[in-house]
Amino acid sequence: MNDTPRQFNLFALLNAVGPFLGLMLVIGLFSLDSEVRSYFLTGANFKTIFIQTVIVAIGALGMTMIIVSGGIDLSVGSVVALTGVVGAVSMVQGCPPAAAIALTILVGGLVGLINGAVIAGLGMMPFIVTLGMMGVARGVAKWLARSQTVDAPNSPIDHLMAVVEPLQLFPLPIGVWIAVCLAVAMAVVLKKTIFGRYVFAIGSNEATARLCGIRVRTMKVAIYSLAGLLFGLAGLMQMSRLAQGDPTVAIGLELDIIAAVVIGGASLNGGTGSIMGSMIGALIMAVLRSGSMQMGWPNYMQEIIIGIVIIAAVGVDRLRHGRAPS
Amino acid sequence: MTARLRMSGVRKSFGATLALNNVSFEVGPGEIHALIGENGAGKSTLMKILSGALPADAGRIELDGQPFVPENPLHARRSGIAMIYQELLLAPHLSVEENILLGEEPGRFGWPSRTRGRELARHALAELHHENIPLHVPVNRLTIAEQQIVEIARALVRAPKMLIMDEPTSSLTQVDAENLFRAMKRLRQRGVSIVYISHFLEECQRVADRYTILRDGESVGTGVMAEADLNGIIRLMVGREIKEIYPRIPHELGPPVLEWIGLGGETRPRSANLTLRQGEILGIAGLIGSGRTEALRVFFGLDRLARGRVSVFSRESTRGTPTRRLAEGIGLLSENRKEEGLMLNRTLADNLTVTRYGVLSRLGWISSRLQENCARAWMQRLDVRARSPRQCISELSGGNQQKVAVGRLLHHDAAILLLDEPTRGIDVGSKVQIYRLMGELASQGKAIIFVSSYLPELLGVCDTIVVMCRGVLSGVRPAGEWTEHSIISAAIGQNEPAAN
Repeated sequence: MNDTPRQFNLFALLNAVGPFLGLMLVIGLFSLDSEVRSYFLTGANFKTIFIQTVIVAIGALGMTMIIVSGGIDLSVGSVVALTGVVGAVSMVQGCPPAAAIALTILVGGLVGLINGAVIAGLGMMPFIVTLGMMGVARGVAKWLARSQTVDAPNSPIDHLMAVVEPLQLFPLPIGVWIAVCLAVAMAVVLKKTIFGRYVFAIGSNEATARLCGIRVRTMKVAIYSLAGLLFGLAGLMQMSRLAQGDPTVAIGLELDIIAAVVIGGASLNGGTGSIMGSMIGALIMAVLRSGSMQMGWPNYMQEIIIGIVIIAAVGVDRLRHGRAPS
Repeated sequence: MTARLRMSGVRKSFGATLALNNVSFEVGPGEIHALIGENGAGKSTLMKILSGALPADAGRIELDGQPFVPENPLHARRSGIAMIYQELLLAPHLSVEENILLGEEPGRFGWPSRTRGRELARHALAELHHENIPLHVPVNRLTIAEQQIVEIARALVRAPKMLIMDEPTSSLTQVDAENLFRAMKRLRQRGVSIVYISHFLEECQRVADRYTILRDGESVGTGVMAEADLNGIIRLMVGREIKEIYPRIPHELGPPVLEWIGLGGETRPRSANLTLRQGEILGIAGLIGSGRTEALRVFFGLDRLARGRVSVFSRESTRGTPTRRLAEGIGLLSENRKEEGLMLNRTLADNLTVTRYGVLSRLGWISSRLQENCARAWMQRLDVRARSPRQCISELSGGNQQKVAVGRLLHHDAAILLLDEPTRGIDVGSKVQIYRLMGELASQGKAIIFVSSYLPELLGVCDTIVVMCRGVLSGVRPAGEWTEHSIISAAIGQNEPAAN
């Protein structure tokens, strides 16, 4: 009761558009230099940015759900590599593309199911379980691929992530549209359904969730499995982009995804976060990469800048919440 | 004689809200001074200013006749003002000794002196007559009452002139509270001044020498406790007359709805027996740690049931999960509002409706409109003061939060309500509303189990009372057959209470 309604609305507004403002700021900064702007602010460049965002974005959909529920998944990078390899190998073995797609996604779901079952069944820390799974999935990927890249035969899967001519924003490849549709669907699921509310409830206070009759264990298995399916889809996109299954690809991808979710306003303590925020977080990182490249900055500069942005984003969030009188 | 502390004309505002306005507050040396007021009256703000946690906008503070401007908590502490907060602020994994000495470790050049430290810690505990608490044990293995003692011992190590205690007894049983009062009186003899904040007026009356009442940020009365009458104090606190603290709403008892036979958990309870009838308010008294909370938890399926039988609505239903119990129409209000009872970073509406989204949704899709209307209706019914159903629950006062937590059981339309310390740490006005609500629910035929460590409310509200002692619960008797004395005797395990 110590803050007036006007202030409250201002905070709410800031919370809602904060990540979006961040994205605008980043785009604006790279557009300052007129020479860079002529490359940077073009439809073709944004098409590239969108395509580069797809894998992180789809991963962030699953990761947002997991982080909101108070968990974490460190195995995403390995799962993307594993599922990509599974897809490529299965097609080499003669699977039709549709079956290969299904298999790729289902393997992701299976890994998620195992993660969820161990976390819920044995009551173990998600950090530890998925850290272990990170090694297991990467190892299995290398085993399946005999530690080599597996070239996927030509198939419609290649079109998912292909940069389609002409060099303008539209048409975007179908992978981008899939990511957009899934983002809308996941946002609605998290915000509007009982399932979504339960995810928030568990992340906000697991003891309360239990007290309120929510089947916390079942929910956790469901959350990790659903996220796993999405990670499998990200693996499919990865394979489509490379046109091969590479067991050593996407190392550290999980950290990019977690960073996107956190920049988007989620708390690793659980209970807060939004799909919209995570998607913008993923875009901010892709724009930073693209912009730094066009500025001609070396790779290490990008890494430093992205690192600072992660800390700054959470720091700003912290300040915003710290403002409210306790 | 100069006062130990004199605060005058203290003013503090947060934004547009005036939290304190021209408050005067005076405490003598070696005096226990009760600071009384409803939640939100400004007690905590005043004490935060005194202990350096908040700056005052205006006003004057004198400590032993000298002007005193507390700059920060460390400065206040160095000046001899120690504060014991409502929530325990101990490091759970450190030992008793380490906690007591934390920040004040005696030593030289960064190397602690073990022997001197141990001596200091032991001395502080002895002063509170709690030498029995072992120094090397991590504090998370102690009971809440013992942790409270450790916290006070921590304040004592700093040889304070003034001790501020914010709701120290809210999680203590009567017996532990008695020990605390004795410790307070010993400190008073040593010349320590104590500011005592509590919602338990009877306690204030017993332990305090003088009192000051705050209402809406102003000091509205001060005087000698022995000359004051309780109704007058309540009138000043709330600014209106509360006719009855324990309103009685007539209700009739129906058939049994719940039966425990030898209910037992892993350690506690050992054997709990009771029969609860429709329209009955059954009180469970007992010491903290006697197994009251655990009995509810085992029955509700939150902890493992080791033995015994349970029937719900005359049907055998021994093994339960929270999901099943809720489906049977049973709701549990947790004693621990912050850690278990509420989802603190979620909205009021979500906290209120989480157990029963079904009526607010179709095919898994929640209707925001229905949910908001529903929450608004309960807010009105329970007099919850909040800006909107979408407000974050953590922004509400303790009393309002508790009403939301109770409201969840009402929204669930529970036929059997298990209320574990429902009035802990909330203001008198909210308490009376909760007592009244319990009466109304009983008259609608709901059955209520009411666990409380505060005997006057048990005796005032319940139809029947049973006492839990060392994990054993049996012998339900009508409330009229109990007195505070006989309940305490039963709680500490004396077989038959003395006549008076």
